[in-house]
Amino acid sequence: MRKFTTFTGVAAPMPAQNIDTDKVIPARFLKTIERKGLGKHLFNDMRYNTDGTEKEGFILNQPAYRNAEVLVVGDNFGCGSSREHAPWALSDFGVKCLIGTDFADIFFNNSSKNGMLLIKLPKPIVDALMEDAKLGANARLTIDLEAQEITRPNGEVVKFEVDPFKRHSLLNGLDDIGLTFKNKEDITSYESKDGSSRPWMPSLAAE
Amino acid sequence: MAKPRTLFDKIWANHVVRTEDDGTALIYIDLHLAHEVTSPQAFAGLREAGRKLRRPDRTLAVADHNIPTTDRSKGIEDPESRLQVETLEANVKEFGVPYFPVDDIRQGIVHIIGPEQGLTQPGMTVVCGDSHTSTHGAFGALAFGIGTSEVEHVFATQTLVQKPAKNMRVTVKGAPPAGTTAKDLILAIIGKIGTAGGTGHVIEFAGDAIKNLSMEGRMTVCNMSIEAGARAGMIAPDETTFEYLKGKPYAPKAGAWEQAVQYWSSLPSDPGAVYDTEVELDAADIVPYVTWGTSPQDALPITATVPKAEDFPDPDRQAGIARSIEYMGLTGGMPIQDIKVDTVFIGSCTNGRLEDIRAAAAIAKGRKVASSVKALVVPGSGLVKEAAEAEGLDKILIEAGFEWREPGCSMCLAMNADKLKPGERSASTSNRNFEGRQGPGGRTHLVSPAMAAAAAIKGHLADVREFLA
Repeated sequence: MRKFTTFTGVAAPMPAQNIDTDKVIPARFLKTIERKGLGKHLFNDMRYNTDGTEKEGFILNQPAYRNAEVLVVGDNFGCGSSREHAPWALSDFGVKCLIGTDFADIFFNNSSKNGMLLIKLPKPIVDALMEDAKLGANARLTIDLEAQEITRPNGEVVKFEVDPFKRHSLLNGLDDIGLTFKNKEDITSYESKDGSSRPWMPSLAAE
Repeated sequence: MAKPRTLFDKIWANHVVRTEDDGTALIYIDLHLAHEVTSPQAFAGLREAGRKLRRPDRTLAVADHNIPTTDRSKGIEDPESRLQVETLEANVKEFGVPYFPVDDIRQGIVHIIGPEQGLTQPGMTVVCGDSHTSTHGAFGALAFGIGTSEVEHVFATQTLVQKPAKNMRVTVKGAPPAGTTAKDLILAIIGKIGTAGGTGHVIEFAGDAIKNLSMEGRMTVCNMSIEAGARAGMIAPDETTFEYLKGKPYAPKAGAWEQAVQYWSSLPSDPGAVYDTEVELDAADIVPYVTWGTSPQDALPITATVPKAEDFPDPDRQAGIARSIEYMGLTGGMPIQDIKVDTVFIGSCTNGRLEDIRAAAAIAKGRKVASSVKALVVPGSGLVKEAAEAEGLDKILIEAGFEWREPGCSMCLAMNADKLKPGERSASTSNRNFEGRQGPGGRTHLVSPAMAAAAAIKGHLADVREFLA
């Protein structure tokens, strides 16, 4: 996984509530067997007309926001489907950080496994950052995960909380599977104990 | 005395492999279900790292999202859908994964076939790269959807890194009135707590109205837990659960059965167990429900009217309501029963089981689908289809003008050829009414199977109770 490093980038405001993962990436684009290349379909039906031309009103089509690296979003962003294609599409587009009051659980988990930082903050602070984001190309936020700080365009610093395990993984670009393999012995000992306490558990075989 | 524990607490404790100082736990996964959409990148990850599956004997793969529900003898026409299914077939061969092929009678929607085969059992941890994995919680299992990185993690280690969830109990007391089904109960619950109401929680559904549901009904309720934002939904295992499981292909066999039942019987929440959040509903107040908007929380009684944006004080919510009304092509204040439908879809992991098809057939029997409506019934599995045909339900439905299809996810998310055209409107027994969910520009109203059949006959959203007299 890519390491998360401090950056300063344009933030785009997306205040709508309950932006679901079907909106982030509609199901018809899930037919890929790759992780890459989904950025062009990010927010597809919000972003493009049916003839493929861009919808002028959509925030990421506006010149100031075409290179947004931060999204300031409405409540419950990422609800619905567990598709990891949603964070893949965001990441492929260039988004590194999302800021909101709350995110759907599975989307939150999936994002952190793709090097993206999701920051939860109280409503008044998200509202203030949403106003910052509306300043367009001047709406540059600095995101410092090491210090757990966001620096606003006016220089004000906002502190944020983050799960220590996720922070460590993001800062070091760690692969979860590699970490879990270090505990292989614990898994083996769990399996041997469990095998004797629940002998009725099903066993499938490849045909 | 030990602190009273919830069903969730007990299953969690039984699966902790190790815990870190900050509370992050490595939990063991008993059963991993996989399908063609969210697994290819996980298999590719294993291949790149030279890793194997740790427990193929606890893994089952099936293709369900992309497959045609019409004549399958010609294979899959869409090249991308075909590639995804072929990739799954190559991966299960390479990694030795148990697999139900497309032409196997046991093939079907992953969340229908796990329970049908007796693979889903009380006290288990069950995962799948699919948010509707919550369905399996109906058996008193801890079952939740995961992303593809986590699918790869389970393939390689049979574990997941997790933080414990909070406990929520949703109690539906009393008995529901005639015409109200499991689908109406869960729509009413989501309408009450909202689409983020369960975030961070595992919901335990309780109360007489839940306890008196069949396993099929319980699966419908748990299936849509994710639509309330919950990590999982679950229902305490009881005699109904054991009766359903007995004799299923992968259920414990004689000898082991008694031991399993004894263990399963120890799982229900202890008296006095404390929940972080409690919600209570009275089933007597829940009439047949329908969604009018583009979020599952936009659920109202069929007798209601479409809301007006100006009735909501919160400006963000007001904007959301206005956007939903516009997308859905409705007018605030109009009676919901005046909404005409073009398509009726009966199926999905929410309502694609035998009981659901029976409910639709009971309404359809001796009646005709309105000439303006295209109606399709898609059984959840080959075995559901076979059982329905053995009861003659296919004939009743075909006679009434419904199309009788092959099993799969179908129009629930329109990854195969079954989809709405822009502007078309459906009454659907599926789980999501998001914009474009059933096809770009499509408009979805979520209902129970009986309500879907009623809408097909009337040509508009209708109150199924008119058919019960």
